[in-house]
Amino acid sequence: MIDVGLGHYLVVSAILLVLGIFGIFLNRKNVIVILMSIELILLAVNLNFVAFSAALNDLAGQVMAMLVLTVAAAEAAIGLAIVVIYFRNRGSIQVEDVNLMKG
Amino acid sequence: MIVATFFYLFAAILLASAAMVVSARNPVHSVLFLILAFFNAAALFLIAGAEFLAMILVIVYVGAVAVLFLFVVMMLDVDFAQLRGGIQRYWVVGAAVGAVLFIELAMVLGGWALAPAAVKLRMSPVPSGVSNTEALGRILYTDYVFLFQTAGLILMVAMIGAIVLTLRDRKTSRHQDIRQQTERSVAETLEMMSLSLGAGTTRSGGYLRPKEPAPEPAGEHADSGGHGHGH
Repeated sequence: MIDVGLGHYLVVSAILLVLGIFGIFLNRKNVIVILMSIELILLAVNLNFVAFSAALNDLAGQVMAMLVLTVAAAEAAIGLAIVVIYFRNRGSIQVEDVNLMKG
Repeated sequence: MIVATFFYLFAAILLASAAMVVSARNPVHSVLFLILAFFNAAALFLIAGAEFLAMILVIVYVGAVAVLFLFVVMMLDVDFAQLRGGIQRYWVVGAAVGAVLFIELAMVLGGWALAPAAVKLRMSPVPSGVSNTEALGRILYTDYVFLFQTAGLILMVAMIGAIVLTLRDRKTSRHQDIRQQTERSVAETLEMMSLSLGAGTTRSGGYLRPKEPAPEPAGEHADSGGHGHGH
């Protein structure tokens, strides 16, 4: 961290996290946008990891950020696969229609 | 100073495009704004000095994840305008939860300070004189090798899961039926013929002719069509 303080990064990532959670509430019917909101939340986590890694001069945070990146990619792949087969079976991707298991 | 200016610029674009991701009417626009957000986040990573992660972010997120999203959004024939319904109802709840969460985070941030001993507790201090990529490579394959392999395992599970979920049998897909292959006899596929010397094969139909069906009444033969040796 040369010029920019840790606090700035934390504020940006906090706003990003809040935007992601707000997106989940705002698009409650559209699974795809919910998945995108989750990607935003994970991006905020990554931003936090990298900011702390740079502030503390510790590389462990960047390694963890790489793991989060992997998990985010895997989650997107599985989630979109589920969306695709759900659409194939029901012809819709409305979250409210997902009630076969009556959970 | 110029670094701070660029930080504010990239952070502003990141947050604006994130807001557009959750509020755009068209999901395709959402995906495109997501790509913009990832690019700006990569720029913020660069400012923080994590060059390798910035490039990985661009490659993995923009190159793979966002394109996957784009693919699925365009592949599904969904009336997305209908999915926008109820926004007025959820808007207030979402804003309230978001505000509460943000106030909590601000309180945490306001009352937080780095412990004086935190600098001594570093797990893997940044070595001096090497690039970020080399420093990461040095610890990723030694100190964090189990984490690295776990990441590989997660990716393999995701790959197998996505394939198993979306693979479906079509009528037209061809499969290898091993039982049928091993149970075939030579007589089903081969026919021994004795050709007279110098006569050539053209007179008996050439090498590649289909085997002629057994002589049958004309009516039934017309029904069975082109199924040559199936009788």
